[in-house]
Amino acid sequence: MHNFKSIATAAAIAGSLAATGVASADETLDAVKGNGSIQCGVSQGLPGFSNPDDEGNWTGIDVDFCRAMAAAVFGDPEAVKFTPLSAKVRFTALTSGEIDVLARNTTWTMSRDSDFGEFVGVNYYDGQGFMVPKSLGVASATELSGAAVCTNTGTTTELNVADYFRAQGMDYTVVAFEKADEVVAAYDAGRCDVYTTDRSGLAAQRTKLSAPDDHMVLPEIISKEPLGPLVRHGDAQWGDIARWTLNCMINAEEMGVSSENVEDMKGSDDPGIQRLLGVDGDLGSKIGLDNGFCANIVAAVGNYAESYNRNVGPDTPLQLDRGLNALWSDGGVLYAAPMR
Amino acid sequence: MSNPSEHMGGIVNAGDLPDKPAPISTEGPVAWMRDNLFSSPLNTLLSILALFLIVWTVPPALNWLIFSANWAGGADACRANTGAACWPFITARWEQFLYGFYPAPERWRVDIILIVLLVGIVLLAFERTPLRKWIALLMLVPFPIVSFILLYGGMFGLPVVETSRWGGFMLTLVIALSGIVASLPLGIVLALGRRSTMPVMRMVCTIFIEFWRGIPLVAVLFMASVMFPLFLPPDVSFDQLLRAVIGVAFFASAYMAEVVRGGLQAIPKGQYEGAMALGLPYWKMMRLIVLPQALKIVIPGIVNTFIGLFKDTTLVLIIGLLDLLGIVQSAINDPNWSIKSVPYTGYVFVALVFWVCCYAMARYSRYIEAKLHTGHKR
Repeated sequence: MHNFKSIATAAAIAGSLAATGVASADETLDAVKGNGSIQCGVSQGLPGFSNPDDEGNWTGIDVDFCRAMAAAVFGDPEAVKFTPLSAKVRFTALTSGEIDVLARNTTWTMSRDSDFGEFVGVNYYDGQGFMVPKSLGVASATELSGAAVCTNTGTTTELNVADYFRAQGMDYTVVAFEKADEVVAAYDAGRCDVYTTDRSGLAAQRTKLSAPDDHMVLPEIISKEPLGPLVRHGDAQWGDIARWTLNCMINAEEMGVSSENVEDMKGSDDPGIQRLLGVDGDLGSKIGLDNGFCANIVAAVGNYAESYNRNVGPDTPLQLDRGLNALWSDGGVLYAAPMR
Repeated sequence: MSNPSEHMGGIVNAGDLPDKPAPISTEGPVAWMRDNLFSSPLNTLLSILALFLIVWTVPPALNWLIFSANWAGGADACRANTGAACWPFITARWEQFLYGFYPAPERWRVDIILIVLLVGIVLLAFERTPLRKWIALLMLVPFPIVSFILLYGGMFGLPVVETSRWGGFMLTLVIALSGIVASLPLGIVLALGRRSTMPVMRMVCTIFIEFWRGIPLVAVLFMASVMFPLFLPPDVSFDQLLRAVIGVAFFASAYMAEVVRGGLQAIPKGQYEGAMALGLPYWKMMRLIVLPQALKIVIPGIVNTFIGLFKDTTLVLIIGLLDLLGIVQSAINDPNWSIKSVPYTGYVFVALVFWVCCYAMARYSRYIEAKLHTGHKR
């Protein structure tokens, strides 16, 4: 009996420890400040989203988001530690507290939002597309009947293709491989007519082909892949910090505030810009930050357009047009809630 | 020695005639080929096939690797010639591949450790090195501690370099060497425990061995990195690398224990009885009589486990530690290096590094085996 009691006590202690682990989640900001840096989960290398450059610095859109959060909290974009994560462990790492924020080209879906964490917005609108050789003479995905399609096994891309071709009433054969490199090699060798994956991935893989200019990406987008950062459930303040970090970058672009002119803009008469940069109002202190948090973000990392153009834009090897990721006022769907 | 001309009736050679060369069919390259390559119809067929295989694979491989490879000029040169290896990718990134994200001004710390390690291994490999025992002792006990202090910092005015910034080949070495250094003594203790006559001891060791041997290393690493923190109170945190190293060391020690147990079982009972008859207590018997013989027998098995462990370190990729393979894989994804030949070049480079390390271990084990092969020489 005594033994049983001690086991029960141990279990109760373990349970309460686990409970405190969850309960203390609302103090993420305090914990982060105590550590002196943000733990950010990124991918193990995805072109334009997060990859180390020649000097060993992490670069990419997702990396910029984490640096922006560090700038918001500490005023220092370097106060962030990157943890490269595989697709399998990313959510476990977030829920176990190993990382504070996950910015790993993760598609925002309802089940993920309810099971694993709280998505704070979308930092890249992706979607599945098709790439074909120009010599195929195809201008639209609706002409792809009977095509052999190269794709990855066991991913949603395979399912999306099946759905699309069935909906269009077209035949096709799948040539599927485990890794992206194998898919590219097979497509390059002419084993299939079409290569399908997310459009950002198509752009990245296209540069690995023998003759990149002989291939084109078709205009159709057959799936919605809104990629966004997420934080743990249960800490509203930390979620707000992440959400308004992203909104700050988008709003800054909309108001024409960039890393180059942010100091001058602080003297602007526009009340919207004054609120954005914390010259007027107390927006920052409402989420536990300095009122000038957004000015810090823009000064350190830049607005959304700067981050986009630096990492995936037309001047980078990926050469991705803004497309859906343009501001709502420019024909895209980027629409950040106002900061007031 | 008489002069041949002195004899009557012709010349008789009194000395030995010089040896004639052996018939061409028994010596020289032709004979060697006949003996070794074309001794039977089947062998002839196999030799011709092998020759075709070599002609078919080796020149293109050498061409890809060396002759038409890009040696200089950066990414643009590689983009212009995608049909061969892209070595500028390695030269541009070799520091990253070696040090990971270790800050550049602190890299001398890694250099010192690598040099000491290399010098130590070379000194230990030669038998005639003076004070060899002391060097071995220094390398086994103070060196890992000093290395850790030097790598991590935080003492003697050295700035702290967090383990999350360790990476590349250095991280591979840290994990592999701590695994190797920890697993051998732990494995010996476990093996002795499993053969012990004390039931509790035996049970504990058996359970430990069978538990760690029964789960995949990937699962060990996954549990250590992402499940373990769930059970800890929030303000207690273990370093992720430390967790991975402990996991790897336990895993390797379970295998090591079984290898050593094989050696222990091969020692005849007479050896134990002889030692006991001399009045040696248990530990002296093991240390002086049994273990030296048992370990000598299982050197191939031990080195086999070491080599396996060395290569298994690449699995830490799964838990987000960028070892040599991981850092090369992430470098491949740099859009500035998004060229067809770059992934192949990266993987060939990793394979080469691992092969050199493993082959060196294998050669050293062959040498030790030959040296200690005193009792059973055939």
